[in-house]
Amino acid sequence: MLYRSHVMVCGGTGCTSSGSDNVAAAFVSEIKKAGLDKEVAVIRTGCFGLCELGPVVVIYPEGVFYSKMKPEYVPEIVEEHLLKGRPVTKYLFGETVSEKEIKPLEETTFYKKQMRVALRNCGIIDPEDIEEAIAMGAYEALGKVLTTMTPEQVIDEMKKSGLRGRGGGGFPTGLKWEFAHKQKETPKYVVCNADEGDPGAFMDRSIMEGDPHSVLEGMAIAGYAIGANHGVIYVRAEYPLAVKRLQIAIKQAREYGLLGGNIFGTDFSFDVEIRFGAGAFVCGEETALLNSVMGRRGEPRPRPPYPAVKGLWNKPTIINNVETFANVPAIISNGAAWFSSIGTEKSKGTKVFALTGKVNRTGLIEVPMGTTLRDIIFDIGGGIPDGKRFKAVQIGGPSGGCIPEEHLDTVIDYDSLISLGAMMGSGGLVVMDEDTCMVNVAKFFLEFIVDESCGKCAPCRIGTKRMLEILDKITSGKGEPEDIDRLEKLATTIKDTALCGLGQTAPNAVLSTLRYFRNEYEAHINQKKCPAGVCQALLSYTIIADKCRGCGLCARNCPVNAISGQLKQPFVINQEACIKCGTCFEKCPFGAIVKQ
Amino acid sequence: MKQIKSLEDLQKIREEALRKVNIRSDRSGTRITVGMATCGIAAGARPVMMAILDELEKRNVTGVTVVETGCIGLCKFEPIVEMYVPGHEKVTYIKMDSDKARQVVVEHVINGHPIREWTLESAELE
Ligand SMILES: Cc1cc2nc3c(=O)[nH]c(=O)nc-3n(C[C@H](O)[C@H](O)[C@H](O)COP(=O)(O)O)c2cc1C
Ligand code: SF4
Ligand code: SF4
Ligand code: SF4
Ligand code: FES
Ligand code: FES
Repeated sequence: MLYRSHVMVCGGTGCTSSGSDNVAAAFVSEIKKAGLDKEVAVIRTGCFGLCELGPVVVIYPEGVFYSKMKPEYVPEIVEEHLLKGRPVTKYLFGETVSEKEIKPLEETTFYKKQMRVALRNCGIIDPEDIEEAIAMGAYEALGKVLTTMTPEQVIDEMKKSGLRGRGGGGFPTGLKWEFAHKQKETPKYVVCNADEGDPGAFMDRSIMEGDPHSVLEGMAIAGYAIGANHGVIYVRAEYPLAVKRLQIAIKQAREYGLLGGNIFGTDFSFDVEIRFGAGAFVCGEETALLNSVMGRRGEPRPRPPYPAVKGLWNKPTIINNVETFANVPAIISNGAAWFSSIGTEKSKGTKVFALTGKVNRTGLIEVPMGTTLRDIIFDIGGGIPDGKRFKAVQIGGPSGGCIPEEHLDTVIDYDSLISLGAMMGSGGLVVMDEDTCMVNVAKFFLEFIVDESCGKCAPCRIGTKRMLEILDKITSGKGEPEDIDRLEKLATTIKDTALCGLGQTAPNAVLSTLRYFRNEYEAHINQKKCPAGVCQALLSYTIIADKCRGCGLCARNCPVNAISGQLKQPFVINQEACIKCGTCFEKCPFGAIVKQ
Repeated sequence: MKQIKSLEDLQKIREEALRKVNIRSDRSGTRITVGMATCGIAAGARPVMMAILDELEKRNVTGVTVVETGCIGLCKFEPIVEMYVPGHEKVTYIKMDSDKARQVVVEHVINGHPIREWTLESAELE
């Protein structure tokens, strides 16, 4: 059926939780009521990337962008826009509307500096309809590979493309495939790492929800290249929508003969199954992941042997990240030369990031390697809210590091980030403003690590605990000058001796904040002050007598009766009794209380 | 069951499916607008619109978008259909009905020959 207009309602996790199901249902019923159901289709898509503006709706052919939709707005949009052809500007995303024209979504500053390769179909197709994926070119690369290329040629193409793993390590994908290809043992396996354990990350989830076929196709191409007929997707059980979309995609791909036996009439067969992870961060590490798939405890083991030699059931196995696989069909279809023309010398292609924290436009973005952090934060992300100053950006999740303002012009590239003491990681970008205490940030990530350490080896189990204790001491005003040395010593030992990547990278948060914000550590230790005013124990609240009008409001609200005074006379806080709850600071109508 | 056994099979499915989705990417092809304000609907614009969609589908036409538009100030000529072909001047068809609309799709959109006697220009000449 040919529809003249498509109402694309975001069905990503972000918009679903802000109520896009009800918005979609309202469109369906209002469109029917208006008798337009034979001309206008309602389609559920994956994430558009602007989750914070959700529920998001895009209406084609105009391509206009409605943000923060509510079911109550729908009747007016159906009546005005779908029936009479006049977009309802008051509900459109403000940035797209001006007196002269309404811009489609692709022309907003949020989208303009982006380049979508892994996310090419997210928000554009209905992920539950394989034909829409095929319309956008899905499975063409698989067909090309199976009917016109040898496995060696495929590997060669991957090597030439310069694609490196998007799961954190950045290992060249073509090389990894070549190792597995050369192994004589069979059967071989292709494993997709969809564990995505970084707090706040949702890049992989969005790809699986928005374009699951890109992952399946990438895996099948990998299978052909290394000589595997079996694929496993290891996905965390907390991703129900991603799992559902993957299951539907697998089923449809089988029906169309794109998974299963004799694909494209060749003698190559390949099928994919889904395994669920329980959500432990360490299970994203490849050897722990393999143990978990085999039903063993999700603990890492020493490498070598690498999974390419001894992986699943001791057979040659490649493990790649979701985004890595999603790039593969695009490389095969457009050629290695196209891919390697994007990015920097040693980092090719694009990278997906989840932009969060103190930035105006949080969301999911994809940029060419070589884009500067400044462009990402200030152009795409729209800068820091409430006129605050930028302080640092945390990149790479718990294994990554914080980058300060003086390095904002650094380009995104595996090697440049490492030289700054951070790393690409899987794509988390947390922006921090002047109100952030960097010691506290380090403590947050270390707490995560201590919780998630599997406990198998001592440096990580005990060492990170000791580091956390020191940070606790510092933030509660009991730090000693030697503590910084102690932290550095522990950090180096853990880095050098921990068994797996979790422990080896665990100290990065502390090391990078020490590198760029040592003065904040020193202020906590020497002056017993938290410059950002975050660490409760280091704050004190005092009443400025000159400004106090003696209204008594603070005293009445203090939970521990630490404030005393006579009406119309300046009040005083008893520092011994004060528990630093901050209530008086908020209540004072005259701004007479200061926090230091 | 649409089992795909070759690149040609895939291509066939792709071409069919493309027509479903290309209004989302293609803003450069031919645009057909149908006046759909109150008077347009009263004059029978809706069957005209449906006929256009149906004819495009039947004839496997791709790269054409069909949009509704509001009042263009020519109520007495409704139903009005405007045709924007890239590189050509806009052609405005007036007093359309389903049959005429289908012929316009065939003659103008597919064969590239506007049907002059149904256009606004010829009406004004009379
Ligand atoms: C503690 C730890 C957690 C990891 N978590 C993930 C993860 O969630 N997703 C992922 O793709 N890779 C993760 N990795 C990296 C994997 O071990 C592995 O390098 C990656 O899946 C390889 O795929 P790629 O080459 O395509 O990046 C993690 C590594 C470590 C040490
Ligand atoms: S480094 Fe940490 S997470 Fe890794 S094996 Fe050792 S204890 Fe477990
Ligand atoms: S900070 Fe809390 S406890 Fe301290 S004086 Fe103010 S209200 Fe009382
Ligand atoms: S609320 Fe403010 S003005 Fe009122 S007594 Fe307390 S400090 Fe003084
Ligand atoms: S989930 Fe809707 S825009 Fe991200
Ligand atoms: S209402 Fe149709 S042209 Fe005026």
